[in-house]
Parts: sequence; C-alpha cells; structure tokens
Amino acid sequence: MSSSVQPLPFEQPIVELHQQLAELESGDESSSKDVRSEIKELKKQIADTTQEVFSNLSPWKVVQVARHQNRPYTRDYLQLVFDEFVELHGDRHFGDDRAILTGFAKLDSQRVMVVGHQKGRTVKERTECYFGCAHPEGYRKAMAKMRMAEKYGLPIICFIDTPGAYPGVGAEERGQAWVIAENMYEMSRLKTPIICVVIGEGGSGGALGIGVGDRVAMLEFSYYSVISPEGCAGILWKSHEFAENAAEALKFTSEHLPGLGVVDDVIPEPLGGAHRDHQQMAVQIKQYLTKTLRDLTSTSTEDMLDNRYAKFRAMGKFLEEAEA
Amino acid sequence: MSTETTKRAKRGVPEGLWKKCPGCNETIYTKTADELLGCCPECNHHFYVSGKERIRQVLDEGTFEEWDADLMPTDPLQFKDKKAYADRIVSEQQRTGLNDAAITGTGMIRARRVALGLTDSAFIMGSMGSVVGERLTRLIERATEQNLPLIIISGSGGGARMHEGILSLMQMAKVSAALARYDNAGGLFISVLTNPTMGGVAASFASLGDVVFAEPRALVGFAGPRTIKATIRIELPEGFQTSEFLLEHGYVDRIVPRDRLKSEIARTIDYCGK
Ligand SMILES: [Zn+2]
Repeated sequence: MSSSVQPLPFEQPIVELHQQLAELESGDESSSKDVRSEIKELKKQIADTTQEVFSNLSPWKVVQVARHQNRPYTRDYLQLVFDEFVELHGDRHFGDDRAILTGFAKLDSQRVMVVGHQKGRTVKERTECYFGCAHPEGYRKAMAKMRMAEKYGLPIICFIDTPGAYPGVGAEERGQAWVIAENMYEMSRLKTPIICVVIGEGGSGGALGIGVGDRVAMLEFSYYSVISPEGCAGILWKSHEFAENAAEALKFTSEHLPGLGVVDDVIPEPLGGAHRDHQQMAVQIKQYLTKTLRDLTSTSTEDMLDNRYAKFRAMGKFLEEAEA
Repeated sequence: MSTETTKRAKRGVPEGLWKKCPGCNETIYTKTADELLGCCPECNHHFYVSGKERIRQVLDEGTFEEWDADLMPTDPLQFKDKKAYADRIVSEQQRTGLNDAAITGTGMIRARRVALGLTDSAFIMGSMGSVVGERLTRLIERATEQNLPLIIISGSGGGARMHEGILSLMQMAKVSAALARYDNAGGLFISVLTNPTMGGVAASFASLGDVVFAEPRALVGFAGPRTIKATIRIELPEGFQTSEFLLEHGYVDRIVPRDRLKSEIARTIDYCGK
C-alpha cells in the first residue's frame, strides 16, 4: 500500500503489525536467530489478522473496501490482465467521456472489446473522470463500440465501477435516462458474448448501463446496488448518517447477490482485498475471463441470446396464486 | 372511485369539494376538474389521476381485461427501514386499493385492440419492484405473441424500488430486454410519460417507446432535481426536466394534453399500420 493513502479504520491492526515487521526487518539484529523467528511469527500473525478482519466484513465495510483509493481500477486491469489495449475515444455525438474507457484489447491471443468505468487515481484524473460517474456520451461511446464488437465478432468485457451515472444539468439535457435504457435494450440482443464484472462499486443505473451480459460476476469485496447506502439512508431514514443501516438492509454484497440470482459468479480477492495485491487480483480476473469466454464461445449465438434473455427474465421475487 | 379523494389526501393538495391548483393558484371546483379528466379549468394543469381512472380515460368503455392481477409483492430482503417493507406493502395496499404499482391488461382504443400497462405513482411512489417488472414483462411478451400495439403510461417518482434492492434494479434490464424482443418482432410501443417519471422507470421502459408522448409540464428525468442541486450547487434552469424541456432536447415526440391522448394513440397506431 502506498503510504499516502490512509488505511481504513478496521485495517489499523494489520497496518500496525506491518509497521512492527518493517522495524524488525530493518533493525540491526534482523539476521539474528531470535529476530528471524520473531519475524516469522509476526508474518503469520499478519496473515491471521488479515484473514480474520476480511473474513468478517460488514456490508458497510465492504463499501469502504470497494471504494478504497488503492483499489485497482479498469485502467489497472487493462495493463495487468490484457496484453494490449488500443483505446477508442469517439462517441460520435458530443465528446469523450473519461469516466468510461473503451477499446480493443488482447486477452492472450483472444481479441476482445473492453468497456469499463474509470474512477481516476490522481486528483486530476479523478476530476476528469467525475469519479467514475459517466455522462450520456460515455454510455453512447460504450454502445457504439459494443456494436462494432458485434460487427467484427469480438466478445465484450465490461468492468463496472461507478458510484452512479452523473446527476447534472448537461447529463439530463443529453438524455441520461434514454442512454441507460437504450444500452440495456441493445445489450440484451447484441450477437456477441458479453461478460460483465463488477470490480468495485456497482452503482445503480449507471452500472446497469454497461451491465447486461451473458455472465455477470463480481469481485468478493465489491457491491452492486439499486442505490448508494447514503442515498437510501437519506430517503428512507431521512439522514445520511444511517448509511450503515441501509448497507445492511440492501443486501448488496457478494454474500447475497448470487442467491438472489443477480450475480453468476464471485471472483475471490487476494488476502486483505484487491488493493493489497493488484497483480494477484488481475490473475484471478484473467483466469475467470478466459474460462468464461471459452464456455460462451462454445455455445451457438441463438442459444446464447436465449440464455441471456432467460437469465434476466428470471430475476425478481413475487407471489402468485396457483391457477384455479 | 368515490373514496379516492379522501384516500388521496396525502398526495399533493388536500382534496375535497374544492382544491387549489398548483399551476395557477386558483381554487377550483374538484368536480369541474374531474369532468375535464383531472385538468384545471383555468390553466389546464394536469392533476394526478389514479391508474383506474387512466384506464377509463384511455380505453373504450368496458373493454379492459386485467392480466396478472394475482401477482402479489413479497419481501425478498426482509427489508426494514423505519418501517418494515412487509408492513409498508400492506398499508400502501389499504391506502390505494392497489396490490402494487402497475396495472396491465388488454382493451380497445377506438376499436383497436391494444396491450396497456401503467404505473400508478400513488403506490410507493410508483416505484418498480418485482411485481411491476414482472407484470410489464408479461404484458410485453403477450403483446409480442398476440401482435398487439403496446401502450405504457408511466408515472413514478420513485424509479426502482429500494425496498427490494438489486431485484428492483434488475427489473429495468428485464423489461428492457422484453421490449427488445418485441421490437425484433416489429411491435409498436407507444410510451406515455406523466408527472412524475423519474429514475429507474425513466431509465428503462419509459424511454424506449417507438413513439414517446408526454403530458404537459410533467417532471421527467434520471436524477432527482434535489440530487442534482446537491451535486452541482447551482440553481436549476427554469422548466428543467419538464416534458417541454425534453421535447426541446429531442427526447419526446409530442406533448399530448390528456383530452387528446386517446385519439393521438389511435392515430399513431393507424399510421404505423398496426
Ligand atoms: Zn390551474
């Protein structure tokens, strides 16, 4: 972890152990037998503590991890998972939305189209990306490139990581509601495989605007929700201070979403979360994508589209009286 | 419908024999407004009308046959805020006389058979949960099978219903996917936007009409005005997120006053040869 980023409060015990370890390792007696065994013991303690903290995260803590400033973003995965990324910028309507990246990429030898939200690492980049909140032009760019992927037979990989679509005057003027609707509508019938992975925040319609696919996966400590916990608390509890309660109530973590039939697969994160080991996280994602693409490309397009429809068609829970 | 006015007292102005029009601030005779399909005799402000009243206004008398009325909401997350969702469902059902926010079915518009759906903004803000999503999806699928023109009249201040969490969000994808199949089959979908149509309802079926009508001065948009104001910290432009604003920006085809809705729908069906 870079030292410029504050650890999350519940990560404090882990951070302290790491500091102790660093002191021992840099000390004069680091090669003595006693100290070496102490280091060994401490490393075990770090692993155990990390395991303990992260095996028991409350939904609100998961949100903190999903938003962690060191968490890998789409651009990181473009470097770590793929052999090449050729960015394509044009939405052909209005402008280049930096909150959504699109372009050709190579997953080993497989040519694909990648579409992903980008939050930005530096202050400058974050501002340019509106912290991952896309405008209509971002969704239009995504759709334009997905159509192109269909035309040239490229599978599509979507990385979802947004607090939500941008709420602003320009966004409304340029049809935010329309582009999100249109993207779901078209993604449901694009004749090429689509894999969606929630890598951090799956924020409402802004996530779903690139979220309709043959497989929907989420990282272990990501969340996918109808509304942000703060937004939900503000409306239903009348105060943002109840965000933690809302996070519990919304059941939006990887613990619940597969059972609700919304997420097909959960990709495990490295010990202590993706932000501790980008490389390892990328390995896990690459494995998942490679395997899933193999499954999807072995299915006929017609069956794939029927399965895609059936998957979303089955979502929802209601009661129905048995027909008389 | 006689108990409707007392039941509706919580939403908007207190209703009785007389009511105050938010459009022109005049006090008007409720019965006069009712006779004008729920519009102000002074300024043509379009008041809320219930789903059942909508059906009466749009369809030929006595032709409506409701579909999937037996679907009932449940509480998949055991959701509880200040109030348990399970209790909220019951109190909303008692208050509105509806079992959820959508009504769907078939009927005739000037002797043309159509599939008709609507969301009633009185029931948990007209928000879309599993029942709304399922009823609309079945409606669209039947319209596809039976080759019927499809009309959906949207009213929802709530968008996707928070109390059913991610399942509500996914109804947006489910309904949109059903509409894509209807489109593949050559169906004609007329979407009618009424006040208010916001959030996940605006960002799914309401936006996907082959033809999009909007009632005058309806509030329609993705993000709520308060959210936008809190984010960008500027005063919102006059008329922002109204039907007229959306017409100007290219997202609405026609502003249709309520007394013209039925004939405009019939005419569109005829132009499209459906
Ligand atoms: Zn008036």
